Amino acid sequence: MTEHVSPRDVDRAARVPAPIALLAELTHRCPLACPYCSNPLELEATRSELTTEQWISVFNQAAALGVLHLHLSGGEPASRRDLVELTAAGAAAGLYTNLITSGVGLNERRIAELSDAGLDHLQLSLQGATPELADRVGGYKGGYERKIAVAQWTHAAGIPLTVNAVCHKQNMDQMADMLDLAVRLGARRIEIATVQFHGWAEKNRKALMPTREQVLRANAFVNEARKRLEGVIVIDYVPADHHSSYPKACMGGWGRTGLNITPSGRVLPCHAAESIPSLQFDSVMDRPLADIWYHGAAFNAYRGDHWMPDLCRTCERKEIDFGGCRCQAMAIAGDASATDPVCIRSPLRQTLVEQAEIDSRAEPPPFVYRSMRPAREDG
Amino acid sequence: MSETPVITGATIAKLARGVRLREDPVRGQTVLLAPERALALDDIAVAVVKALDGERTLDAIAEEFARQFDAPKDQILGDIISFVEEFSNRRMLELRS
Repeated sequence: MTEHVSPRDVDRAARVPAPIALLAELTHRCPLACPYCSNPLELEATRSELTTEQWISVFNQAAALGVLHLHLSGGEPASRRDLVELTAAGAAAGLYTNLITSGVGLNERRIAELSDAGLDHLQLSLQGATPELADRVGGYKGGYERKIAVAQWTHAAGIPLTVNAVCHKQNMDQMADMLDLAVRLGARRIEIATVQFHGWAEKNRKALMPTREQVLRANAFVNEARKRLEGVIVIDYVPADHHSSYPKACMGGWGRTGLNITPSGRVLPCHAAESIPSLQFDSVMDRPLADIWYHGAAFNAYRGDHWMPDLCRTCERKEIDFGGCRCQAMAIAGDASATDPVCIRSPLRQTLVEQAEIDSRAEPPPFVYRSMRPAREDG
Repeated sequence: MSETPVITGATIAKLARGVRLREDPVRGQTVLLAPERALALDDIAVAVVKALDGERTLDAIAEEFARQFDAPKDQILGDIISFVEEFSNRRMLELRS
């Protein structure tokens, strides 16, 4: 059989850089129930998860494709009984292996095994600076205490630690305490990320949307802390999207730097891409990973500028933010090809700001917790 | 809480755990990998990183480079100190003096 490839396809493939990072969602199972969970609304069942051998094949394909960083994530990746084996496979493939965990499901022995398997780095989520708040946000009693223990075991094993702090209306005023805690726990790095409002977080907008005053205080605090703690801890900060003038360069541009694989092996350009109904996703069960990256329909849907509305295609920032977040455009404009409504040039910007203002002023209602079962409420 | 360290010729540095140098055959370059970072290094930076062995002082490294590249030692030491400061600020190095 002869493959007919048009010059245009060749040209496009030649311009697509190899991916740097793979986010492997090993499972959607998770003991926590965070109200801003980034997993899709439809979770994949345990029985559909890739096997150990299938994941190992994916890691080897990813390394050959040019991936440098492997993020083992979920759900809670520690829910996989083969986590140590998968970590060893990632390390053997030459990948920089990073575990993104809530800490629940890890103990001292398992952390030592992960260290021996070649784990390069561990990212531990923290939902608040006090047990009361952290456990209420995570919807898991005793979670905070377990996280502190996990941080100590990680430090003792010599594995470098990053603390992940997702910030929102109810914990943003504890930012300084969360940073102090991260330093005390020996973290070299903290990621302070403001909640992104799509997926499950949409159900909790009034409980989570920070006020403009909170955002401005947080921005100023981070600037000051970065200077004060230079050489002590690295602070990576994702400011509040809805309070910025321009959209974020989501994923560093669609299909440019990273890819995401769901527990069942579906390959996505970003973790939320399944919220765009017009896209069809390939599976590692059916097609080689390199073929999916370079030629998959979902990956090529929003590469370059052919898909952009005139507003973006003629914009001098199109190589800076790549038109922003496609999933946010889908959620708010009802059209994944629209200008990200966060952009001050978007006709929907005013509506977005007004809605954010209303939600930020609201008395926080009880959380609608994430659950593999139907939604439940707290309190 | 530790203070921001001062880097001098007497400093001894090595890559912190979780930071490593790797060949990247797909892109034909050498990269320094760290949490959420992949830095493509030029030949000089690779030579400096490889010299940070946790045993020699920056002064001793500068002396060797001065001989090897036939360049003024003080200038090389200044460049190495700037390099170590930058990577130390990113928490990529372990230091002692």
